[in-house]
Amino acid sequence: MEIRSMHFVDRVRERLDDPELQRNLKRTRGRNAAARAASLGGLDDFDAVRARATEIRASVLRDLDLWLERFEREATARGATVLWAHDGDEACRLIIDIARRHDVRSVVKSKSMVSEEAGLNAALEAAGIRPVETDLGEYILQINDNEPPSHIIMPVIHKSREQVTELFARVHGTEPKTDIEALTREARERLRPAFLGADMGLSGGNFLVAETGSVAIVTNEGNGRLCTTMPRVHVALTGIEKVIPTLDDLATLLRILPRSATGQAISNYVSLLTGTKHDGDADGPAHMYFVLVDGGRADLVGSDFEPMLRCIRCGACMNHCPVYQTVGGHAYGWVYTGPMGSVLTPLFQGIGNARDLPQAATLCNQCGVVCPVSIPLPDLMRKLREKQVERGMRPWTERLAMRAWAWAAARPWAYSACARAAVRYLCWLAGGRASIPVMGLAPGWTSQRDFPAPAARTFRDMYARQRRGRAS
Amino acid sequence: MTSARDDILGRLRQRRPRDDAMRDATGEEIRRAIAHPERGPRPADAEDLVARFVERARAMTSSTDVCPDTGQVPARCAAWLRAMRLPLAVVVAPALADLDWRGAALSVRIGAAGRDDAVGVTPCFRAIAETGTLMLCSGPATPAVNSLLPQTHIAIVRSEHIVADMEAAWQAARAELTAWPRAVNFVSGPSRTADIEQTIVLGAHGPYRVHVLVVGT
Repeated sequence: MEIRSMHFVDRVRERLDDPELQRNLKRTRGRNAAARAASLGGLDDFDAVRARATEIRASVLRDLDLWLERFEREATARGATVLWAHDGDEACRLIIDIARRHDVRSVVKSKSMVSEEAGLNAALEAAGIRPVETDLGEYILQINDNEPPSHIIMPVIHKSREQVTELFARVHGTEPKTDIEALTREARERLRPAFLGADMGLSGGNFLVAETGSVAIVTNEGNGRLCTTMPRVHVALTGIEKVIPTLDDLATLLRILPRSATGQAISNYVSLLTGTKHDGDADGPAHMYFVLVDGGRADLVGSDFEPMLRCIRCGACMNHCPVYQTVGGHAYGWVYTGPMGSVLTPLFQGIGNARDLPQAATLCNQCGVVCPVSIPLPDLMRKLREKQVERGMRPWTERLAMRAWAWAAARPWAYSACARAAVRYLCWLAGGRASIPVMGLAPGWTSQRDFPAPAARTFRDMYARQRRGRAS
Repeated sequence: MTSARDDILGRLRQRRPRDDAMRDATGEEIRRAIAHPERGPRPADAEDLVARFVERARAMTSSTDVCPDTGQVPARCAAWLRAMRLPLAVVVAPALADLDWRGAALSVRIGAAGRDDAVGVTPCFRAIAETGTLMLCSGPATPAVNSLLPQTHIAIVRSEHIVADMEAAWQAARAELTAWPRAVNFVSGPSRTADIEQTIVLGAHGPYRVHVLVVGT
């Protein structure tokens, strides 16, 4: 997917001014957060499960090369082929090669964020192979001229039912249906023949289990099951960081992934897929491939950003982020949105291509608190900010202001003179009122709220006066 | 030119340098971790696993019924289908071929479900009380499609196969399955989506309804 994160500020402005989007975002705001909170009661000790989940992910990353080798050995022994790709482009080439080898004309896809990273749909189409997205949300986006998703779990959270009604009637040429159940039914009926006729199923992978060389896929709709059961060929496309050691670890992570994502105790379908169909099996693919993509992940191992690789893509951070909840996912300009996107996008796509994302946070740490694998997201955003400063990527105005601040902060007389001048200016703006309605030099600050007027004297002045009083 | 595989693994190794002894020790740890899987923290077990399973399965929008012995399974299925005004034609997994389906006045086909089958019947390897989940293993006698393509899925669960949690289910699979199945599907109620306005709709791509018949209570 082409990155547009460099235009973050403009994109935010457009989205704040889009009344329809704002209405849609408001409709679902806070719902997932509430569902998550309600579901945690089902675990006797959430903190203990979270600590264990964190340790499982961290322990694999400590020895990722060896775990990957073990996974590869088990998967290969059970009939799968494991392929590796440096980046998305290479992954697309590998998948097109597989498709050609098996004479594949159409591909049904269940959700894969790595395929969004790689721009796989466009690559398949260019090679004359028809990709069909089957997750309802992803399907809606695909038929809407390949619109990008705005949330990793709920890709069309930014759309209203009216927009879907209009889209289905236009694209399917059917009577407009306003009922959500009828819309879902219409998509089901459109997609069923695609499942039954497809030559290849492409899935992502929530986890790769080293013990059995399997991929675990979590869905509610059942499209993941159809994509990996009906076609002759199954390709699981995923990042190299997704390995977990054992099936017991899968059980632990499944206690925490659906709860963090949608507040469910478990998703409707969890499939553990291992190798190809056996002799006598009536169903299942005859060929199974894993395509494991690096895409910037290997370079994070052993760095300050390694904890980000623990991410299990639940979306809890964005569901709790005040910035994401206000601007929606498209503003972020790439595949991943919200706090996890603000960390991953600059790391995968270059710090210079996503300069505003680590700044687009109040560092309130709601994301850090809810993350089921304890990723310190605000710390990582702060580290990315530090990198921008080190590399001289901040605007000259900000650099100048920081230098002036540093100069004054090191000289008490200058600092107190500046503070006194600022207080006098603010008191003049307040004109005797308790708050300042329009901030003279920075009117943007007061566009949504008043600024409290400062006390007439600075703390330092008051302190000095008090000491003088005590001395006399 | 080195392959992508060697390059990626090589870079990972560079970022985590180890000498031969360390590498061997880590390899040994990995073998041990897999041979003796460690269980994470689990919610306390229910006293009555069957009751817990039924309660949680209903919470996931499965319907449930109980039946004292296997011989009555076809009649109970037929009664439920009639009460639900569903077709009395079922496609039954070969593992359940020995039951007297015709005796229950059901039109029956033994085998894998196809696109036109309305009701699929499957056995269940284990069922998980913690979440009300069915654990279905694919195999020649248990095709995965029977719980996937038909609009209605009926699962026959033997009460002694209801276990506390997923860890116990994996333990049973490791101990009992001679060939590891291509697909292990955990099913918790009917297929659903909430993609449009976060409104839950049942029957997205899989079955509209899942009926669980617990046998041997």
